[in-house]
Amino acid sequence: MNDSRKYVIQLGIILTGVIFLIKLFTIQVTDETYAKAATDNIVLPVIEYPYRGLLYDRNGELLVYNKPQFDLTVVPKEVYVSDTARFCKLVGITEAEFVEKLTAARKYSKVKPSTFLKQISNEEFASIQAHLVDFPGFRIQARTVRAYTEPVLANAFGYIGEISRPELDADSTNYYNQGDYIGISGIESFYESQLRGRRGVKYKQKNVQGVDMGAFQDGDWDTLAIPGQNLTTSIDIQLQKYAEHLLANKVGSVVAIEPASGEILTMVSRPSYDPNLFSGRKFGENFEIISSDTLDPLFNRPLMAQYRPGSIFKIIQAMIALQEGVITPQTRIVCDRSIIGCHGNHSYENLQGAIANSCNPYFHNVLRRVVNQNVVEDTYQDTHIGLDKWRDHVASFGLGAPLGVDLPNEKSGLIPNSAYYDRAYNNRPWKYSNIYSIAIGEGENLVVPIQMANFAAIVANRGFYYTPHLIKEIGDSGRPLPQYQERHYTSVDSAHFKVAVDAMAQVVESGTGQWRAKLKNIEVAGKTGTVQNDPLPDHSVFIAFAPVDDPKIALSVYVEDAGQGARAGAAIASLLIEKYLLGATERPWMEEYVLKGEFFHE
Amino acid sequence: MNRGENILSRLDWLTVLLFFLLVLMGWLNIYAAVYDNSQTNSSIFDFGLNSGRQIVWIGASVLIIVFLMALDFKFYDTFGYVAYGLVIATLLFVLIFGREVAGSKSWLYFGPVGLQPSEFAKFATALAVARFLKEPATKTGKFKNLATLAVIIGLPLVLIILQGDTGTALVFTVFILVLYREGLSPFFLIIGLSASAIFILTLLVNQIVLGVGLAVVTILLIALGQKTPKRISVILIGAAMVFGVIKSVDYLFSNVLRPHQQNRIRALINPEADPLGYGWNVTQSKIAIGSGGMWGKGFLEGTQTKFDFVPEQSTDFIFCTIGEEHGYIGSLLVVGLFLTLLLRVMYIAERQKTRFARVYGYAVTSILFFHFAVNIGMTIGLFPVIGIPLPFFSYGGSSLWAFTILLFILLKLDAHRMDMLLR
Repeated sequence: MNDSRKYVIQLGIILTGVIFLIKLFTIQVTDETYAKAATDNIVLPVIEYPYRGLLYDRNGELLVYNKPQFDLTVVPKEVYVSDTARFCKLVGITEAEFVEKLTAARKYSKVKPSTFLKQISNEEFASIQAHLVDFPGFRIQARTVRAYTEPVLANAFGYIGEISRPELDADSTNYYNQGDYIGISGIESFYESQLRGRRGVKYKQKNVQGVDMGAFQDGDWDTLAIPGQNLTTSIDIQLQKYAEHLLANKVGSVVAIEPASGEILTMVSRPSYDPNLFSGRKFGENFEIISSDTLDPLFNRPLMAQYRPGSIFKIIQAMIALQEGVITPQTRIVCDRSIIGCHGNHSYENLQGAIANSCNPYFHNVLRRVVNQNVVEDTYQDTHIGLDKWRDHVASFGLGAPLGVDLPNEKSGLIPNSAYYDRAYNNRPWKYSNIYSIAIGEGENLVVPIQMANFAAIVANRGFYYTPHLIKEIGDSGRPLPQYQERHYTSVDSAHFKVAVDAMAQVVESGTGQWRAKLKNIEVAGKTGTVQNDPLPDHSVFIAFAPVDDPKIALSVYVEDAGQGARAGAAIASLLIEKYLLGATERPWMEEYVLKGEFFHE
Repeated sequence: MNRGENILSRLDWLTVLLFFLLVLMGWLNIYAAVYDNSQTNSSIFDFGLNSGRQIVWIGASVLIIVFLMALDFKFYDTFGYVAYGLVIATLLFVLIFGREVAGSKSWLYFGPVGLQPSEFAKFATALAVARFLKEPATKTGKFKNLATLAVIIGLPLVLIILQGDTGTALVFTVFILVLYREGLSPFFLIIGLSASAIFILTLLVNQIVLGVGLAVVTILLIALGQKTPKRISVILIGAAMVFGVIKSVDYLFSNVLRPHQQNRIRALINPEADPLGYGWNVTQSKIAIGSGGMWGKGFLEGTQTKFDFVPEQSTDFIFCTIGEEHGYIGSLLVVGLFLTLLLRVMYIAERQKTRFARVYGYAVTSILFFHFAVNIGMTIGLFPVIGIPLPFFSYGGSSLWAFTILLFILLKLDAHRMDMLLR
């Protein structure tokens, strides 16, 4: 009776087993999501931050390094403080603060470490460390911040800070995480990928409470942190410090370049700030103060300030005219002051004399010859063609576009072409008589101080330059980035540079530079520039290189609102040449003159 | 057969082997579940660990087996009601004097050692049911008999529910399988199964949709068959009852079930809705088992169980350790061993010569089956989380001893199946 029912029950048992085996097969073998979820459950990636690369000056002096700072962390579950008063005395807090901080930490997590005290000083660290064994649950966590051996070069170094949301989104390599530090400006930003190194990841296992349970799969997936590369800058820190000293309490810039390599020896932006202010726990506070300064110390003048080139531009005009064959060094032109004003006592100069006397009518005429070569009948069209040819020549001197210096935010300056004037004149016809002021470096032309220093280097090199750069050696390679090893020639033949060199030498020997730029033992070539700045006083500008026959240094000096280039500019430039070539000035009175800074009273 | 012959030669050694295999594997997996590789001195025998204690419980089980084998086989027949009575008395005692642990009052303490009388109620009830159905003349169809059986089975069930241990109480519903084998109308089984199916369906599907569906089926049934008044009324009554179940599910679900029970059912239906809340156990249990892959992570290499992601890892969720460390192969082995044991025990039940022994054998089969199905079912998300152990595997003295007694009484009866006829 009912014996057949045993088969029903049997079937039920077997069916249950089969259903289980099918379900088990799907979740264990066919479905990978559970395996991934399991790894996500237990694996905790712990980032190991690499040391950021150090910066040295060209002679191996340390400029930027990493300074350890210490945080005191606490794991509330492990805390056992037998003597609260002693602990509080040790770390320098009140007992009320102690309770408050510990409660806050407990609220975050009982088993995970949280910061108890931030950024303990070195001295505090030393005294706390020794006694910490008596207070289980408290640990010291080391971090590093940037530190600077000298309070100079803030604008060139830049600073590091937490990565911003847009930067994070723009990071196509997916290297960065929220909270990572990244170079925000200056060298720190430009050489970010070399300086940062590569962070390591240690995969740790954690249990359900988040407690560390040791290495995941014996650390097979771990990667070691690779420290960043050290960079050797081209900066001569002694020259830099001297230049900063000379420019104290002034507004302006200095850029000095080694002509043979394009290495920047000194780069001063004034006013500036102590780079140490942007490092560590006071960053926010200090940034607020410095960024709201009306003189804008964050503005990197050597790369970002744009000025009209002034009379310095006449040298370029002369060389382009020689290249185009529209004049020779012997070409004389009458100083006809009815077309354009002039200064000094001269009437009929050849090229060298025109440069030395900065003759405006001469160069008005020269540029007309360059621009209007009657290639076509129509004067308007002829001017278009001529102007664009002229602009190509000017551009080959590294003007009108960013040079490609190894710093961010470099400005391009402005060298107008025909399209520019078509826009400016709204497509109405224009010809030379509308644009002649560019002949003497006024008008629409704009240049940046580093472009002028580079121009001095071009003349020093008789026709070529290396793109100026601040980093001469990356890591152990002993070389700068490839783009800084490439020689750029101007479109003017080397032979035509003789006139420019001679003229600049004459400026210092017997022209506007003779009073403050002439040196006893070094032959200096230079050119004054006085940039009109109505209604305020003119900017004082001087470019120079020395020695004339074997140039070691080429530089531009800009001092705003300081009057003639022959005064502040020429004085500072010559003092820097002395410092660099001789180690110190032989003219203490000149140094005194600059530091006193009264350039309007003789 | 000579009654004086050695019991060892009559024992069903296949079952004994299966028993010891499961107990041994259970012990190793308990160790794996509690093993902590950061503690160097954690030996499998460490009495501070569940695995160390389990080996003591296993040793005690062997003593219990020897004792059970030594008793006269006729004792169990006679002893049936006595054992039942003792267990009911203990359950009452626990209910009144027991200490409450985690919301339920089901433990009895002897110094540091706790016992769970409800575990022992299973074999006692099995004996009592077998004793009642001893005479082949006792028909399950008769109302009086059915009522008596309902009391025998229902009494421990109600007492255990009162203790707050719904999971263990539910085990007693499986006696319906035993009665089915003994002639109970299959309607009880069908009604039970369809009620649960409708219950789950109601939670899954919108009530209005379900109501419309029911109406359509009813109309189709009437339209397609013979239109005798009797048939139509039966269909209508049936439809009304189903509708009643549908309407009462809501009430049952939200008013009768306790919140944690509601959540366990929700977790079954949709664990992803709240993976950190009520879905946690099921989600983590599936992750642990699912991450084992085909071959598993290796003995003591599991991470989900060891790092406490899976709750109750050495007791109710012990199957997670097998799934994680031994993969599909391990799961296959364990499921296979259980199927073999169940079919073997059922085979033994079927070969009994007396109704007492057969009924008891089916009770053993059914109880083991229920535990197997519900326990593994819940770890892989096929059944709501009901806290009952995996027989012979899960950590715990009471449950191991109760299952040992349950199984070995059957083996003792089986060894003497020929003698019973000679009486």
